[in-house]
Amino acid sequence: MSLDKEKIKHVAKLARISVDEAKVDSLTKDLNSIFKFIEQLNELNTDKVEPLTSILNQSLRSRKDEISDGKIREKILQNSPKKNEEFFVVPKVVE
Amino acid sequence: MSNITNQSLSEILKSIKSKKISSLELTQAYIKNIENAKKLNSFVTTTFDQALENAKKFDNKPNNEQLLSGVPLAVKDLFCTENVKTTAGSNILNNFIPSYESTVTKNLWKNGAFLLGKLNCDEFAMGSSNETSFFGNVINPVGDHLVPGGSSGGSSSALAADLTPATIGTDTGGSIRQPASFTGTVGLKPTYGLCSRWGIVAFASSLDQAGPMTKTVNDCSIMLEAMSGFDEKDSTSINKKKETYSKNLKDNIKGLKIGIPKEYRVDNMPKEIDELWEKGKKILKDLGAQLIDISLPHTKYALPTYYIVAPAEASSNLARYDGVRYGYRSQKGKDLIEMYENTRSEGFGDEVKRRILIGTYVLSSGYYDAYYLKAQKVRQLIKKDFDDSFTKVDAILTPSTPSSAFKIGEKTNDPVSMYLNDIFTVPVNLAGLPALSLPAGLDKKGYPLGLQLIGKALDEQKILNIGYAFEKNCGYKNEIKKWWS
Repeated sequence: MSLDKEKIKHVAKLARISVDEAKVDSLTKDLNSIFKFIEQLNELNTDKVEPLTSILNQSLRSRKDEISDGKIREKILQNSPKKNEEFFVVPKVVE
Repeated sequence: MSNITNQSLSEILKSIKSKKISSLELTQAYIKNIENAKKLNSFVTTTFDQALENAKKFDNKPNNEQLLSGVPLAVKDLFCTENVKTTAGSNILNNFIPSYESTVTKNLWKNGAFLLGKLNCDEFAMGSSNETSFFGNVINPVGDHLVPGGSSGGSSSALAADLTPATIGTDTGGSIRQPASFTGTVGLKPTYGLCSRWGIVAFASSLDQAGPMTKTVNDCSIMLEAMSGFDEKDSTSINKKKETYSKNLKDNIKGLKIGIPKEYRVDNMPKEIDELWEKGKKILKDLGAQLIDISLPHTKYALPTYYIVAPAEASSNLARYDGVRYGYRSQKGKDLIEMYENTRSEGFGDEVKRRILIGTYVLSSGYYDAYYLKAQKVRQLIKKDFDDSFTKVDAILTPSTPSSAFKIGEKTNDPVSMYLNDIFTVPVNLAGLPALSLPAGLDKKGYPLGLQLIGKALDEQKILNIGYAFEKNCGYKNEIKKWWS
């Protein structure tokens, strides 16, 4: 299959990345060549193959539901681009 | 001791322990080298003051019982370091100062080492040439027009240029082994789960693994021993007894069975790579190993599989960069959605955006089965190829890369040709196996070439042993001229 410009703009919207109109053509070309490469997989019949979901021969461990750190609000907020006392600040979302 | 910095880590450790050199003198020697090597652009951040202080502290109260006593180390800028800026080579993290330390770096410091600086890398480790970094491309010390490989290109460049005695990188599809091969150094991608991923900026979580990059195999075993180990904070960390790789290093490989996979002889592969492979086989055979022809029939599907699985995981992992909690935020946009879109558009570079779009597409409604599920099934077949082969052999020998280091700018306009560079390294990540890249020779142009040893899961000791024996008998000598200083 091939990806057209509209499809790419839609996927960019889903990924929350604005795409410069001037770059859409080259992006379309690159992604199509990558997908052509990827689609070699269609040569293989995988009807009877189980998908590999974990590379480890162990199931994921679960830990006790306990707080192991806590009281690190300052640390969590220290890298925020915009904050107000103990809150992250974002552009207005509710009118 | 004017040339202490061109020695191996293990020789340096001996000099420290016997007090031939102080940690401070050693650190000063590296700082001088780094200051003279700015042209290589291998560092994003240096932590000289902190390093000098730590060196003095060590000299005042030396603890020589540790694996890395008194040694300064620079690490890839993908490892979070407490109170030291960590960028992952991206504009979106250009102001990020972690309040925590990655488990792997913490393990290095616990063993007596301390931080010298943070090394440049491809943005979010996505690249094979270190040309996607927001901080500019890194130069290979082998030649001023050559890429150092990627994504751990700052690591390979700094190591080969004597700017750090050893280093660590991360390897999602070849990001340790390919740069090691391009610079004539040793690089190991451990078994998935052997080194904790906690505190490493995530790219593709089912493939990412940290590992050592060193000048010798012995150094590699020391670094692996120091950095590996079970970590509660990584849910895929393997809980097993810690191994003493360096103490157990042996060069007797008599009787070991080495598999030679026919599928690794690819079309258009330079004759030199083939000759190098032949040379490698002969060395191992002369040391008493038995060569066995094997088949890994799904090898050609590894890269297409990788370019579904890795971008899919990356698109999920990189969803966290939204300009709200940390990292770069765009000042443009009239509402929250536009703020997200502009932040991510301005914060990420072209290759990262490309991969996020691929990943978002293959996971999107209606396409999941055709792409992601299909890739997971082929990944199963690739793993099974290795499982079947390892019932017959102890390790597998292949070339590390299909070429030597290429020119800066040579492949940047064609993503697929760039991706093909990882054709021999990617299958190992998909199967979660350990693999070691060893410097093995030079091509006609005088550029280093590497061979790769692939082992069974958790069989690092065996491939290190084979590598150790190989190194002693290969006669490879890295003679990089210091043209940059």
